Order: sequence, then C-alpha cells, then structure tokens
Amino acid sequence: MPWIDACATTDIDEEDLIRFDHAGATYAIYHSPEGKFYATAGLCSHENVHLCDGLVMDHIIECPKHNGQFDYRTGEAKRAPVCINLKTYKTKVEAGRVFIEVS
Amino acid sequence: MSNRNYSLLGPDGKRAVEIGLAAAEWYHTDVPRKEMKAFMQRSDMPAIRDTVILYGLMILFAAIGIAFWPSPWTIPVWLAYGVLYGSASDSRWHEAGHGTAFKTLWMNNAVYEIASFMIMRNSATWRWSHARHHTDTYIVGRDPEIAVMRPGVLGKLLLSFVGIPEVWGYIPRMITNAISGPTPDERTFVPQSEWPKVIRIARISLAIYAATIALALWMQSILPLMVIGLPRMYGAWHHIMTGLLQHGGLADNVIDHRLNSRTVYMNPVSRFIYWNMNYHVEHHMFPMVPYHALPALHAAIKHDLPAPNPSIAAAFAEMWPALNRQLQFEDYFLQRDLPKTAKPYRMDFHEAALGQTAAE
Repeated sequence: MPWIDACATTDIDEEDLIRFDHAGATYAIYHSPEGKFYATAGLCSHENVHLCDGLVMDHIIECPKHNGQFDYRTGEAKRAPVCINLKTYKTKVEAGRVFIEVS
Repeated sequence: MSNRNYSLLGPDGKRAVEIGLAAAEWYHTDVPRKEMKAFMQRSDMPAIRDTVILYGLMILFAAIGIAFWPSPWTIPVWLAYGVLYGSASDSRWHEAGHGTAFKTLWMNNAVYEIASFMIMRNSATWRWSHARHHTDTYIVGRDPEIAVMRPGVLGKLLLSFVGIPEVWGYIPRMITNAISGPTPDERTFVPQSEWPKVIRIARISLAIYAATIALALWMQSILPLMVIGLPRMYGAWHHIMTGLLQHGGLADNVIDHRLNSRTVYMNPVSRFIYWNMNYHVEHHMFPMVPYHALPALHAAIKHDLPAPNPSIAAAFAEMWPALNRQLQFEDYFLQRDLPKTAKPYRMDFHEAALGQTAAE
C-alpha cells in the first residue's frame, strides 16, 4: 500500500480536521487532542457530505449536515442518522509531515 | 402552472432525483473555519437552565391546575401549561434531535424522547424524517416535513392551531406503527434496522395514552387528559404560528436556504418557547450550530441574507398574502431582496424540478 504525503502537522489545529483529496478520492485527516493524527474517508457514510466542515469533539467527528457522529479513530458510527462505519486509513508522521496509507 | 405531487413515492420526488436536485450541494455563506468552530461549540449549561425552567413551570402550572380543578380561574394556568407542553415540546424535539442542545449525549436523548411523546411524534421515525428535511428542504416529493403545501389548504392550516389534523393523523399512525411498523412512505426514509425501534416507541406511547384514558374513565373526569394528551391540542397554537413562518410563502425546489427559509426577530418569550429557531435560515445553513449560538451566527452572516422580518406580525403580513396568492398561482413565491453585500441567489434546478424549461 502506498504512503501518501497529505499535509504538514501544523496544517491541522488540535481537535480539528482538514480535507485531503488524492487521485479522485477525498479523505479527512484529524489531529486529536492528545496530538495524534488519524485519517478516514472524507464523506459521511449517510449522505456523502464532506466531513471537513464538521465539528471535532475529543475523538468524535460530527457531520455538518445531519449531526451524525463517528469515532474517527475506528470509524465506528456513534449516533443516528449514521449507521454505516467510516473507512479508516493508517497514518504516520515523518519530518513534520502527515502520511496516510491509501488502498 | 404545475400541480405538485408531495407523495414521497410520486413523480416529483423521482424527477428531483433524476435531475440531481435531491441530495444536492446547497449554498452556504462563507464563514472562516475558526469562527465556525467557535459557533459550533457545545455546552450543557444553557440547555440545562432552560430545561429546568421549562419542566419546573410545567410542574407548577399542572399542580395549580389539578389543585383548583375544575375552577374556571385555572383556565389561564392550563393555557400556559398547554403552550409549554404542546409548543415548547416542538422546539425541544427539534434541537435535542439534532443533538446540539446539550453537549452530553444522554441529555439530548432524554429530552428528545420526552418531547417526541408530548408533540406526538414517533421519536424513531421523526429522527429520520428530519434528516431528510435537512437534506432536501422543501423539495417536493422528497421532504416529508413540508408544512405548507401548494396550493395551501388554509382551513387545514387554521385547524392546525388547535392540533386537529396532526392528532387525527397521529392516532391511526401510532396504532399502525405499534402493530406492523413503519408505513410505506415512512419506509422510504427510515432504515430497516430502525423499524423495531419504531414499533417499540409506538407501543410505549400507546400504553401511556391507554393508561391515561383508563384513569380518566375511572375518575369520570377529563383531568388526566388535560395533563397528558389534550395540551398537544389546546397548546399547539404557538408552534404552528412560529412553524408556518419557517418556510411559508417562500420558494420550493431550490438549493439556497435564503430562498426557502425565513428569519424573524421575535420577543424573548417566543424565543424561549421556540428555542431560537426564529433564526431559521441560519439553522438550515449550519445545522450543527446550537440554538444558543444562533444570534451570534446571525450577526456574523446577516450581510449575506435577506433582511429578517422585524416581528411575528410583520412576518405574517408578508407570508399570508403569498399563501393566498398560491391558491391561484401555485408557482408563485416570495423572493426577498438581498443586501448589496450578499452573493446572488442560487436558483439551479428550480424550473427543471417543476418540469419546465427556463424559457417557460
């Protein structure tokens, strides 16, 4: 699986996320309150809304359209109207850059 | 002139999907990310304060009404209780359903279930209904929560002020849900995994109403129903008054909430009952902003919105003639002027959704 250079660690505030588009796909990259980075699919599994406009609360991302919630560490759907888990991707940090492993 | 078909299984909804109007990307006013994050922040305290006041007043009014029953001097107390039961429950259902009222999940869920029961909505069904309302706001054949259909049936709207059409529709729906689950139209927006919950909620509601009616028969008094059930009717007027203003007389089949939603400045009492949903353009454009942050959001984006109506009376003076005109001209809608600082309205899809071309 290729590792893709997505952004600088300083591009994302703690407890926030950004959108990252690559090869026709869209991803969401998160900076958790404890300083770790995570990546998920960029669109909500409910109705394809970009999660990048949503709200990060601890380890939860809330969709900006219908307030569905996921745990972005595992992709687990936590609150209706989302029922389908988000796809997650491995991340690593090297030399101040965040890489994600895309399939 | 078109004839709208509001059925979720009908041709208008099918056309909306075909032309890309359903689940489209809607217009949003640009708000810097840091500013929007601040607006979205959750807090328990405002909603705890408001909920203690709401339920405290309801208990107080009900206690006075029961203690002095059947004195006619209790009528004002029952009217006040009714508005809190039959109207404030609408806004609590709404905000707690979004999950934005409280920061704590269980608090949102608890208030949501209580409010859903009082406003006579199956909490499982309506969570999904409202999600669709936000995806496809006032898109004909897609939105299950269109309060003012065209041409409007004004008599039905007036009866809604005392809850008659809603309660009349709720009772058989509750019984159907309790026996066989969601109705065919409900199954278009409620996922199958939630159908057992729809049944469970309907059975619990049915049991509470049956117990209340049994108590009334045993006491040979209407008093139990004055506390549970009937206030959904005699206290409904406020949520209908404010609810009609949300979208009434405005555009349908558009992807710009500035065209189909209305912001109205209201008095503090109505804002408490309505939990700031008078900022309705702002709510639809950014549904993750809690009710208590909507006035600040309004201040930040009003340069991009049509001017709010200055009062409830002024909003009705604007809306009611438009509803009357729609009786004759179904396609008519109010298009308010935008300030010079605003970006133009987005009218994409509007003609196509009506089966028309732009030249027609």
